[in-house]
Amino acid sequence: MKPRLVLACLTTTNVVARARAEFDAIICSGPDDMTVPEATAAATAHRADGILFANTLPLTEAAIAGLPDSVRVLATSSVGYDHVDVAAARARGIMVTNTPGVLDECTADHAMMLLLAAARRGIEYDRIMRQGWRYRIGQGDLLGVRVTGKRVGILGMGRIGRAFARRARGFDMQVLYHGRSRLPPELEQGATYFADFHAMLPHCDFLSIHAPGGPATDRMVDARALSLLPEGAVLVNVARGSLVDEDALLAALRSGRLFAAGLDVFRDEPDFDLRFAALDNVVLSPHIGSATRETRDAMGFRALDNIAAVLANRPAIDPLWRD
Amino acid sequence: MAKPVLFVTRRLPPSIEAQAARDFSARLTPSDVPIADVLAGAAGADAILCCPGDAMDAALIAALPDSVKVIGTFSVGYDHVDLDAARSRGIRVCNTPDVLSVATAECAMLLILAAARRAGEGERMVRSGAWQGWAPTQLLGTQVSGRRLGIFGMGRIGRELARMARGFEMEVHYRDVARLPPELEHDAIFHDNDDSFLPMCEVLSLNAPGGAGTRHWLTGGRIAKLPRGAVVVNAARGSLVDDQALVAALREGHVAAAGLDVYNNEPHLDPAYLGLENVVLLPHLGSATRETRDAMGRIVLAGIAAVLAGQAPRNLVG
Repeated sequence: MKPRLVLACLTTTNVVARARAEFDAIICSGPDDMTVPEATAAATAHRADGILFANTLPLTEAAIAGLPDSVRVLATSSVGYDHVDVAAARARGIMVTNTPGVLDECTADHAMMLLLAAARRGIEYDRIMRQGWRYRIGQGDLLGVRVTGKRVGILGMGRIGRAFARRARGFDMQVLYHGRSRLPPELEQGATYFADFHAMLPHCDFLSIHAPGGPATDRMVDARALSLLPEGAVLVNVARGSLVDEDALLAALRSGRLFAAGLDVFRDEPDFDLRFAALDNVVLSPHIGSATRETRDAMGFRALDNIAAVLANRPAIDPLWRD
Repeated sequence: MAKPVLFVTRRLPPSIEAQAARDFSARLTPSDVPIADVLAGAAGADAILCCPGDAMDAALIAALPDSVKVIGTFSVGYDHVDLDAARSRGIRVCNTPDVLSVATAECAMLLILAAARRAGEGERMVRSGAWQGWAPTQLLGTQVSGRRLGIFGMGRIGRELARMARGFEMEVHYRDVARLPPELEHDAIFHDNDDSFLPMCEVLSLNAPGGAGTRHWLTGGRIAKLPRGAVVVNAARGSLVDDQALVAALREGHVAAAGLDVYNNEPHLDPAYLGLENVVLLPHLGSATRETRDAMGRIVLAGIAAVLAGQAPRNLVG
């Protein structure tokens, strides 16, 4: 008998096809991802063994307490898991898994896109074109800043941060980083480590955020941090909106202390602070760092693999804790 | 000795205007001027600093005062200056070679990423307040890293782009008239014909010069040989592209997305592009960084000064 699954989020046709083939699955039919009450009801009615979901499903302590006893594994199709109360799941004996590794390259690509678009004013230019471009642009007008050869600071040098560093080196950028601990040389690849985040900032023409969310990193990039960056620096965030004090960021963008920012994540999603939409020197994207067909398939497959492993009494591939 | 007189046809970056005012008796222009004013501005000038878009044609050059000894253009291209007419009057011409390569390659890489990752569409949705929330299937783009990149025209800009693309672990193929020596080629794969080249191009970047030899090179026939879902970018010259064919392929989906910085008939580009969501459009600003424009200004001012001092600078053309 196939294991029973609730697929609580909309996903690619390839992932849906595999879920149907390998599981007795209830598939979210949309138009939106399941809410917590919907997912709980589906799991209860279906006596589900596992739930596959995304960061649209906030599995708080209360939500986890409400799940039926049949559920043995919760697999989020994301690398971040700040939407899950992992301790509560663990206390109930429910394994939680994520999908690290499969979205690093795609997310690092997106970060470099935002960096280039912010520095080179790509989206602002696109707006000029769509408004008709019927005026001469002087040789000194609408200039961006060069990326090649500059210094980039990376906050959080995990897999995605390191994938981003590889791309930055293709632009001859000098790579600096801050993380909880220094990497071994084979992962550091010549990047300069700063144990003190604030000590790194004066050397960063660009700052790219790749650290996890959660209370430990909340508002790490605040007014003080932004004031330590050189005049005219560019900020990129494809990690979590919670890392940034958005009031301070808005002020720095308005005053011109920051040249530009490229943001894929926001403190409140999708109801992000609309004051950003009034600024020309930001590039905005709707949390699509991992949004390629290839990567979304890989994430969904990885989540299914995790569920299959746990339900077959094998170790999870990507457990969020190890006993 | 009095400083030589330099007439500048356009507003330039502030640091370059400052340098011009320091080294020359500079006639700066606070805004863009109609080309009819060039003769008035050039009266008694030793040198003219012009820009792309200023048509320095045979008639205009014939009418220049005898005092003019050198024309500098704030660009690498000089198809707007009639070199024969200048030569016949003994006027030297200099430009801004080399210093645009990196900025233009950055622009091409930006276009590749922005087109493949649907940056324009995502931006418009978020900025308009229409974002309904995250979904695994929303705005799915094409992954860039690890793909095959085809570069049509492997000059300085093409090679800079290849270097950037290696950071994305892209396999680089290139098409050009001749194969590069190994120290310039690195691990890029040379193609001596379109039929072997085009099917390799999951991403195609045009980096060849304009002119008759490459006019409308990207035809419907060549587009059909690209893999389905390819991404096409052009930061070189608009004349390389048959717009009708590219628009048709973008509508049909054979080309998934395009990123364009240059157009046929600028600034009056084919309006069909403006109605497409799967294009990212830039107003010919491939070299538009402060650093690059400053470098362009320095090199062209140095060239003008050298000519007036009786020297032959490296950036003379023709």
